[in-house]
Amino acid sequence: MKKTFDNKAWFLVLPVFLMVLFNSLIPLMTVVNYSVQETFGNNEFFWSGTRWFEQVLHDRQFHESLMRQIIFTGLVLLIQIPLGLAIALCMPRKGPWVSVCLVLIALPLLVPWNVVGSMWNIMALPDIGLLGKAINGLGISFNYTRQPLAAWFTVVLMDVWHWTSLVVLLCYAGLVSIPDAYYQAAQVDGASRWSVFRYIQLPKLKHVLTIAILLRFMDSFMIYTEVIVLTGGGPGSTTKFLSIDLVQKALGGFDLGPAAAFSIVYFLIILFLSWLFYTLMMRGEAK
Amino acid sequence: MARISFHDLAHAYGPAPSSPEHWALKPMTMTLEDGGAYALLGPSGCGKTTLLNLTSGLLTPTKGRIEFDRVDVTHKTPEERNIAQVFQFPVIYDTMTVYDNLAFPLRNRGVDEATVATRVKGIAGMLDLSSTLQKRASGLTADGKQKISLGRGLVRSDVNVIMFDEPLTVIDPHLKWELRSKLKELHQRIRRTMIYVTHDQTEALTFADKVVVMNDGQVVQIGTPVELFERPRHTFVGHFIGSPGMNLINCDVRDGKAVIGGGEVATENAAKYKGGARTLQLGIRPEFVKFSSEGLPVEVTKVADAGRFNIVSVQAGNQPLKLLVPQGAAIPSGSAKVAFDPARARIYADGWLVGDDARGAAQ
Amino acid sequence: MRWRYVFLFIYILFLMLPIYWLLNMSFKTTNEILGGFSAFPREFTLASYRTIFTDPTWYNTYINSITYVLINTVISVMVALPAAYAFSRYNFIGDKHLFFWLLSNRMAPPAVFVLPFVNLYSAVGLFDTPWAVALAHTLFNVPLAVWILEGFMSGVPKELDETAYVDGYSFPSFFVKIFIPTIAAGIGVAAFFCFMFSWVEMLLAKNLTSVAAKPIVAAMTKTASTSGYELGLLAAAGVLTLIPGAFVIYFVRNYIAKGFALGRV
Repeated sequence: MKKTFDNKAWFLVLPVFLMVLFNSLIPLMTVVNYSVQETFGNNEFFWSGTRWFEQVLHDRQFHESLMRQIIFTGLVLLIQIPLGLAIALCMPRKGPWVSVCLVLIALPLLVPWNVVGSMWNIMALPDIGLLGKAINGLGISFNYTRQPLAAWFTVVLMDVWHWTSLVVLLCYAGLVSIPDAYYQAAQVDGASRWSVFRYIQLPKLKHVLTIAILLRFMDSFMIYTEVIVLTGGGPGSTTKFLSIDLVQKALGGFDLGPAAAFSIVYFLIILFLSWLFYTLMMRGEAK
Repeated sequence: MARISFHDLAHAYGPAPSSPEHWALKPMTMTLEDGGAYALLGPSGCGKTTLLNLTSGLLTPTKGRIEFDRVDVTHKTPEERNIAQVFQFPVIYDTMTVYDNLAFPLRNRGVDEATVATRVKGIAGMLDLSSTLQKRASGLTADGKQKISLGRGLVRSDVNVIMFDEPLTVIDPHLKWELRSKLKELHQRIRRTMIYVTHDQTEALTFADKVVVMNDGQVVQIGTPVELFERPRHTFVGHFIGSPGMNLINCDVRDGKAVIGGGEVATENAAKYKGGARTLQLGIRPEFVKFSSEGLPVEVTKVADAGRFNIVSVQAGNQPLKLLVPQGAAIPSGSAKVAFDPARARIYADGWLVGDDARGAAQ
Repeated sequence: MRWRYVFLFIYILFLMLPIYWLLNMSFKTTNEILGGFSAFPREFTLASYRTIFTDPTWYNTYINSITYVLINTVISVMVALPAAYAFSRYNFIGDKHLFFWLLSNRMAPPAVFVLPFVNLYSAVGLFDTPWAVALAHTLFNVPLAVWILEGFMSGVPKELDETAYVDGYSFPSFFVKIFIPTIAAGIGVAAFFCFMFSWVEMLLAKNLTSVAAKPIVAAMTKTASTSGYELGLLAAAGVLTLIPGAFVIYFVRNYIAKGFALGRV
């Protein structure tokens, strides 16, 4: 659409601008402020330069959380993107079942995150949970409060349950927007089912898949509530991801400086990786 | 190469309807000869695309049979029918080059690469795509993309029939004419059955040897462009083909003579009228109406310049009528009289040509 | 063809099982829960639900949650509407930068904002009120709402605006009487996403409140940690949090696919 140039449009965006400014700039300034200062209480602050940043970047705990975070996000993307795409391809295109399937599939997205944690907490209990009982019934010893592997399995399964639906809905929306003529032409051209997927569906889904990967990357990189309710970061700190680590530092301790530096490093990592993903996925587009 | 015949073919989207007006395509029987260039012509919603998709196998008919060379293909897939089809909007495979797009239908059928290369280069040459063969198809303009679609339809040498569903909709007007002549030329070269769906009479009349005129889910006439112009079998054909369309004047028939406003008018077929019609109309093309010293009294209301002709609108009583008068010929103003060419004036009873036995779709 | 639906069915079954298990737990007595594994409640009881509906410290948390979710949805959509209109119809200085800056807030981890938000909202005297949570959530919801609404508005031809101005409408009356009804579906979808985020978020909601405005999500964590094994109560509270979501999703079911179809960045 051809847009008119008119700076008066600023008046229309002003409320949004001020609101987001208030909510984002002031807190970020606070964080930056803390990150370069040191306090011994009594509201006295001293310039500390990059000390907190150096401390965070050399902190073994931080390294471990970051490592865990990267493995978790990698696993989540590896499972959810193909699975979500596959489910979207299985969905009926028209008919009364479409609404039913969509509502049921979207349901996990509307469950409060702590309830997701509670749900899987109960579900995976080895004595009275359906999942825990079933796995133990197979003769495999399973207790997520004690075994790191069981805890990881439960956390990843929970995230698959919670978020694969987002990928399904995005891909489904992309699929139904492909005109019928493409499928008809492929049929006439004698294309196999695989060719239809490879040469029609996948290229047309490129945009929604980019968005799905970006969203899933960002959200899984920020995961907090579900895990804190399910495992509390344990057993030990085997499921302690970046947000859990940060909240413990910021709310638990009194060392605001390192927590603030941690926040900034964390935010920058997400921004950088999102930018990297986006550029890589859009690289072919420019040609 | 195949001769295509439809036997009592009908289609409805959804369950088979109880009343006739709910069929998207009403029961019809028709044969398309091998190697012919056919056009399916009609307004949108007349069932022409339905008929096309039934022929290609994208739709399965609610009832009836389709035969290719006397072999029943009603329940065969498009691939088994071995046909090609070009759609209204360009369909291209975004990630492939132009070359791979054109090669796609051949490779899917396991044709060896040497043959693929010759066929693709041949088609690309014909459609002026040679210079873009190695480019990504998604970067082309809309008509470049549609040329690829056309190319994919034409690239196989063994197809039974090639079908075009309003393929020039997205093409610029000046390229339309060029592509249409290309298609015509191609048809003369390869002599394959082609079916061309359109709502544009110029496209249909210039492309096809035989035009199938459809309206409201049924075939109203099949004929050469000249037959459709000279002897429309239904008032719809008369009105739809020709510009301006055929004049239709309410009339009476008494003792084998047409009567308009008390005066008798000589016609070709009034004598064959056997009575019983609800509406009677006299149809005459504007080309065959002339001002004359005696005949039907009219009032001249408007003269429009249409290049080589003037289109003159007149009122005969309360019925409008149009005449084509060559540029430079005298045009009376106010009251005048017009005469009809008796060999081209025909009586239509309830829309159908009187005295024409082959009623309906069959031929 | 068949196996597709089998696969789909198995996936939906997988989605429903934890919900069923939660439901199952919520109808059991504490004795039965601790007594061992059972796939159906043997002594069916509504006791957990009764506790929640009669104890004000429980049901007030629901009211608190719904209050800030509604405030947030209304504010987010209201401020996003004119902004989205500006982005869809006009070019202005800094428009692209502004748009990306708005969206970049979606990349901020809520964990980063917890502490500064507590300071900020305490300073302005809104701590422990629904307003604090509602306003804090707008940081994530307003950019999202602007993005969704801009997508829907760009689908409305500009001729609609021009015709209305020619017919003598002023901008405000055109916007309210003609434009808003035209993009009602988009508003529904945007509201759905705002509602969804605000309803499911816990970290900010919990830390920006203490007693007076405590939301249900915070009340549940307290049950889980302090009173040990009140699993029946926890399950019943969880089941009750599913209802608003299911209700909202039912209303927008025909627009879900469309809402997600904003496949452009």
